[in-house]
Amino acid sequence: MPLYLNDDQKMLQDSAADFMKGEGSVAHLREFRDKNCKDGFSHALWKQFAEMGFTGILVSEDEGGLGLGNVEAGVVLEEIGRNLTPSPFLTTAVAGVEALNAGGKALREKYFPGILSGDSVLALAIDEGAKHRPDQISMAATREGNGFKLDGKKQFVVQGGSADTLIVAARTSGSAGDEKGLTLFAVDTSANGLSRDSVRLVDSAMAAHVEFDGVVVDADAVIGEVDEGGAVLQRMLNAGRTGAAAETLGVGAGAMDITVEYIKGRKQFDTIIGTFQALQHRAAHLYSEMEIARAAVLKAQQMLDEGSSKAELMVSVAKAKSSKATSLSVKEGVQMHGGVGMTDEYDIGLYMKRDRALAEFMGDANYHTNLVAEMHGY
Amino acid sequence: MSDLESFRKETAAWLEANCPPEMRQPVVDESDICWGGKNPTFKPGQKEWMDKMAAKGWTVPDWPKEYGGGGLSRAETKILLQEMGRLKMRSPLSSFGIWMLGPALLHFGTEEQKLHFLPPIARGEVRWCQGYSEPGSGSDLASLQTSAEDKGDHYLINGQKIWTSYADKADWIFCLTRTDKSTKHKGISFMLFDMTTKGVETKPIVLISGQSAFCETFFADVEVPKTYGDGVSSVVGEVNRGWDVAKYLLGHERSMISGDGSSGATSLGSKFADQYGRDEMGRLDDPMLRAQMAEMDIDVLAFRAMAERFGDTFKANLCHPAQPNMMKYAGTEINKRRHELIMSAGGSEVLEWESDASNGGLTARGWLRTKANSIEGGTSEVMLNVVSKQILQLPNA
Repeated sequence: MPLYLNDDQKMLQDSAADFMKGEGSVAHLREFRDKNCKDGFSHALWKQFAEMGFTGILVSEDEGGLGLGNVEAGVVLEEIGRNLTPSPFLTTAVAGVEALNAGGKALREKYFPGILSGDSVLALAIDEGAKHRPDQISMAATREGNGFKLDGKKQFVVQGGSADTLIVAARTSGSAGDEKGLTLFAVDTSANGLSRDSVRLVDSAMAAHVEFDGVVVDADAVIGEVDEGGAVLQRMLNAGRTGAAAETLGVGAGAMDITVEYIKGRKQFDTIIGTFQALQHRAAHLYSEMEIARAAVLKAQQMLDEGSSKAELMVSVAKAKSSKATSLSVKEGVQMHGGVGMTDEYDIGLYMKRDRALAEFMGDANYHTNLVAEMHGY
Repeated sequence: MSDLESFRKETAAWLEANCPPEMRQPVVDESDICWGGKNPTFKPGQKEWMDKMAAKGWTVPDWPKEYGGGGLSRAETKILLQEMGRLKMRSPLSSFGIWMLGPALLHFGTEEQKLHFLPPIARGEVRWCQGYSEPGSGSDLASLQTSAEDKGDHYLINGQKIWTSYADKADWIFCLTRTDKSTKHKGISFMLFDMTTKGVETKPIVLISGQSAFCETFFADVEVPKTYGDGVSSVVGEVNRGWDVAKYLLGHERSMISGDGSSGATSLGSKFADQYGRDEMGRLDDPMLRAQMAEMDIDVLAFRAMAERFGDTFKANLCHPAQPNMMKYAGTEINKRRHELIMSAGGSEVLEWESDASNGGLTARGWLRTKANSIEGGTSEVMLNVVSKQILQLPNA
């Protein structure tokens, strides 16, 4: 498969680009931030995502979706990133759907209709500390009657406050650090004993701290096999990380575009500042880093879709590289904007904030760099 | 089985049966590279491998068969290279004829020129060098002064070239000359001539690596015929329009120098962990070095994806014409960083300049050599100028 988008994927890109620019622009983000919306995104817009077919990208055709792959999900995510569109697409339609794709038919039949219609929002309850450490999950799920009882705390559950379902990773045996003993559950947020405390993040998205105080779930809430949730979690993380990398790429590309436009127009010392070689070289270096990140992300998406055994290595490369390139893009963006880059009025600061939040989502560059070393055996 | 699948199977079987064992060892130094030519030096297995591959046209698999190529499609070429990589086989033939002159002739050459010059390149019979740079012209290549006067049936060449890689070992030269002094870019011609012609002299330049792949090349009243019989012109493209050919060729050169930043296979980190020692967790026993190695692994793998994407979009005519400049910049900078890390991991042992243990200072010399990467073929600064002007459309001062 050549490493560029085919015609169908380009058509999807065009329609996603038009849609996000028209319906989910930066103005939209500002509107929902300024009215202090408790969800941080528009449910009406989420319904429109569904009407466009976006929510079913990773759902099979048999089950009412489009039956497409990570490349296509990434196409939509890049446009989300470019426009800073607030939406639960990444948690629900990418990571959430991939987790459910690893589960049984009954679970998919229960959850896919709501996702496909844009009525349902999923969130991921994985992290238990300030940093992403899925191998250190210790939240307990103990057998009780026909099912399990969940006790513990999760944080950084993005869109957790608006979600009707949480994908929860917990321990059914063993302890933190063990390879086996993880189990994933689909948990209704209305369950007894489950409480949520939503907080606004730096990028205006909402994330919840979730407390499980003896939350009882049936055995059919288990996604995949009991004690064997590691594989399901990995599948979800692969899609989520690659998706986050694609969204990050969009953020970096959007920030670069507005910065390059800005220095083409801004005058200092009676001269357009974009004529200064000091800025030109930094902008060209940034372009080069963004292009390399783009190639890495597309490669990871294609490898995942092909089921390559080396996909995970490339997923970590994509997450780390996109994060570094986009971090460079937003930092250079604010600097090249000068004083106005520090104002709320200009958009560049919003890009910087989204980049920071996405960097932490499912592992930052350091986390994935360490993983790459481990996968290479050193 | 699809056609491509059976092609892969047959190719793998043929390679397995025909590649000499010596050609399945990693390249250690310059002498492990087979350059061919009229007065070649071959190490064991090199000639056999070159001849067998040339007979199938696989030294230049994607060139048309009539010019000595294999006539393979893009997909087949990719499979051949993948299979050679998988079986850890060396390239049967390296040459500026293959990388640079060949593509330029295929694009700009006449039918007569293609039939005359390309097959000997494919068979490794003629080794070419490139006469571009001149003292004082640096990255402003088009300021070149070497003159070619029209003397009726021949041109009279006078001047000097510099940084002519392997000029002392080359049989022929593709050379930029000034055929019109009244203008800059539109007064340059792209000429082909024999290095044994009277008046051509070369002198190696010793570099900071202690080696001398580069030469100074002098032309004193060199007579270059206008044709080599049967309408084979010595000038490629039109007289005075050689800059178009030169630019096209520079695109190829830049993507070649950019490499993939890794010269092949395994990650630096796993290699050095064995050498350096591991802690009780099995990790490279220097946390800072380990972190830098892992960052390098990420940059190399990402750049390798970029190289693949660049290749795919280039062949499909989907990439921006200035994209090779970006590749050259990024690839050479990463290669320099990579060699800094190799030196750092090697510690005092790789400082040895002439010992047996250091294999004649191989690592240090290799490190020093990479410093030229971001200068030769256009400096990083010139690449960034081109990217900022042509891709980002930033204004001129």
